[in-house]
Amino acid sequence: MTVFIIRRLMQAILVVFLMSVIVFFGVNVIGDPVHMLVSPDADQADIEATIRRLGLDRPIWEQYLLFVSGAAQGNLGNSFIFGEPALKLILHHMPATLELAFSALFLAVAVGVPLGLYAGLYPDSPLSKGIMAGSILGFSLPTFWVGLMLIMLFAVELGWLPSTGRGDTGHILGIETSLATRDGLSHVLLPAMNLALLKISLAIRLTRAGVREAMGQDYVKYARAKGLSTRRIVFVHVLKNIMIPVVTVMGLEFGSLIGFSVVTESIFAWPGMGKLLIDAILQLDRPVVVAYLMIIVLFFVLINLIVDILYSILDPRVRLRDQGA
Amino acid sequence: MTKVTTAIAVATSLFALAATSVSAEKLTIGLASEPTAMDPHFHNLGPNNAIAFHIFDRLVAQDEKQALTPGLAVSWEPIDDLTWEFKLREGVTFHDGSPFNADDVICTITRAPDVPNSPSSFGAYLKGKTAEKIDDYTVHIKTAEPYPLMANDISTIPIISDTAGCSATTEDFNAGTAAVGTGPFKFGDYKPGESITMMRNDNYWGDTPAWTEVEFRPIKSGPSRVAALLAGDVDMIAGVPTTDIATLEANEDIQLSQGVSNRVIYLHLDQFRENSPFVKGTDGGQIKNPLMDPKVRTAISKAINRDAIVDRVMEGVALPAGQLLPDGFFGVSENLEPMEYDPEGAKALLAEAGYPDGFQLTIHGPNDRYINDAKIAEAIGQMLTRVGIKTSVETMPRSVYFGRASKGSPEGLPEFSFILVGWGAGSGEASSPLKSLIHTYDKDKGFGSSNRGRHSNAEIDAVIEEALRTVDDAKRQELLAKATEMAIENAAIIPTHFQVNTWAAKKGLEYIPRTDEYTFATGVVKQ
Repeated sequence: MTVFIIRRLMQAILVVFLMSVIVFFGVNVIGDPVHMLVSPDADQADIEATIRRLGLDRPIWEQYLLFVSGAAQGNLGNSFIFGEPALKLILHHMPATLELAFSALFLAVAVGVPLGLYAGLYPDSPLSKGIMAGSILGFSLPTFWVGLMLIMLFAVELGWLPSTGRGDTGHILGIETSLATRDGLSHVLLPAMNLALLKISLAIRLTRAGVREAMGQDYVKYARAKGLSTRRIVFVHVLKNIMIPVVTVMGLEFGSLIGFSVVTESIFAWPGMGKLLIDAILQLDRPVVVAYLMIIVLFFVLINLIVDILYSILDPRVRLRDQGA
Repeated sequence: MTKVTTAIAVATSLFALAATSVSAEKLTIGLASEPTAMDPHFHNLGPNNAIAFHIFDRLVAQDEKQALTPGLAVSWEPIDDLTWEFKLREGVTFHDGSPFNADDVICTITRAPDVPNSPSSFGAYLKGKTAEKIDDYTVHIKTAEPYPLMANDISTIPIISDTAGCSATTEDFNAGTAAVGTGPFKFGDYKPGESITMMRNDNYWGDTPAWTEVEFRPIKSGPSRVAALLAGDVDMIAGVPTTDIATLEANEDIQLSQGVSNRVIYLHLDQFRENSPFVKGTDGGQIKNPLMDPKVRTAISKAINRDAIVDRVMEGVALPAGQLLPDGFFGVSENLEPMEYDPEGAKALLAEAGYPDGFQLTIHGPNDRYINDAKIAEAIGQMLTRVGIKTSVETMPRSVYFGRASKGSPEGLPEFSFILVGWGAGSGEASSPLKSLIHTYDKDKGFGSSNRGRHSNAEIDAVIEEALRTVDDAKRQELLAKATEMAIENAAIIPTHFQVNTWAAKKGLEYIPRTDEYTFATGVVKQ
């Protein structure tokens, strides 16, 4: 298992390196950040001074070498716009995104799996059909529209929840998070719901499909013949067997929750990494875009690794081996 | 990391303090754009300046129409051709209790153009100026040549404290330790992307603000900003999307404020290339650039129905433009009116210029910079097609657009032939657009830096340069108006409309609109 993890980490480094090449050159051929930065009142000399200060007058391969040598020392470059290290900016915005992603994942599992289970066990009941129809809506409605509708309904019409922002924060285990205060939780609920909607639908469908398949399997029939209670069959044997695809997909979806919650964060003015990324893209803050994508690549690699490890815990038949050797 | 955590700890304790003193006098404002730092000299950019001017005063302030008013200086005047004297206000104290005097001015003028990592410095306003302390309340600023716009330039510079701010870094300002000014509000808390909180300065030298606490919240998405106002989460919002104005007007709980801005939306036309890349003959072949001919440019101006743009595209929230700044600004001409819509006249002029069948043209514009910019470009494309200039429209994000429009051609010249752009006159008078848009492109003197059509007319240049040397206000006003008239007559650029900005507040509050597009808490009045 140790060899397996080491090999995976080596692969991760290679992936991050390749990503840095693609992203750095990709981002650098688009647009011109200088004209986004300088005040319109600036004259030609000011503009040239800015170009030199940002190092944009150097050939691109030289800029890349500078970037790599900085990255090797943990410096992913300074944000053009904030003048601060890009990494620091991203880490500063990370807790807000993580709390949103965890809340959404929690909702997806806590709502999606029980509903999917019900729909799988009683496929013909009207409630199950309602759940499945709802999950289709969850899949197909665009996030930005649902977000605005949630704000209109719960914030503007009913006035139950705040419309935007993160609210008061408190500390859990030394991390500043809005999950620690009542006000913060009320702010988290709408964006988390918006973000979770698609994942809930996904969890419902995966669970339902798994349950329906498992219920016809021999081991379930045998368990019945043995006289086990339905409750024990469903919650111990069936659930354990169908969790593997659910864990895999939710793990991967968690990565996308963290990495690409851009729309939700923009609509709810949530000060997370997604909003930082979209602002950076719009204003061509290249160092932040590059640093962000590299961190997201790392995230995905790590999440995949964790999912693999969880497999082996959930299903003893899976052994983590170094298959490449 | 420890620095960050202490900053957060300080910030949260400040916030806790604030929370206990919350009263009915708290004002929450939803902003459309976010400042990039609390350091007033870090980034010379609208959103930054708007926030900075709450905490920091300027020697010379600008009122809501951008007319100059006394700030930390009580008077200013040229004492000879090259020297301006500023008499400072006495008895003013900074938020930390230290007195304000000439040392603070000198250190500000030294620091402002030279902040490390600044994306856009204040150097543009301080270039060639040297400040000298005469006594505690007198400062002389000298230039190498006579310079009439001294007070306008100085009115952009926020004054920081000699002791608390001058040797501080941008991080110190963001943490609040260095954000010590003389302004109407004191720094409270800064959470990037989330909120900026300020407390009233009870010892303010001017009118005490009506609000004990102000919170600014950047909400960049337009619909979300409107929803936050409707939900009562914020008391006021800036940058109301034009599509929401009608619904908000009908809402009895909402009060709208509208005011024309200093931003003109205009068209630049390629006037320096014999073969312009996006001009083609009716058969699609290369032709000699017709935009060089003033008759063709005037025909284009006549073909544009400005009233239709204002009524339909802008939903009434704009003013048709006939020059570079709206009425009431220093240096505008009283003789200029928006060009009449006259498609027949345009066709006749085109025929006269030798293009009876028109030609093909592409208009390029940004799609995320000005209010409804892409729609305006489309409307103009249709209007020109109607008089025979078959126009296609291409819009792109501003991050791509401005670089290409300024120097996108293989030779590093402006890439496009016909572009839609806007210009906001930060100085609040006509020399700003004349110098940057109309004057011949001259890298060494810093003229024509945004002259993307490269219009060049020695007579107009001479008038502009003379104006920029003339210290006498009445004479300068006349020269600026004259230069504007000459430029419009030549159709050097084609102005289409002036942007009108809209703020919305909950019932009982009203915002006094500003031409510089800034949102000031001091401009929010209770009815």
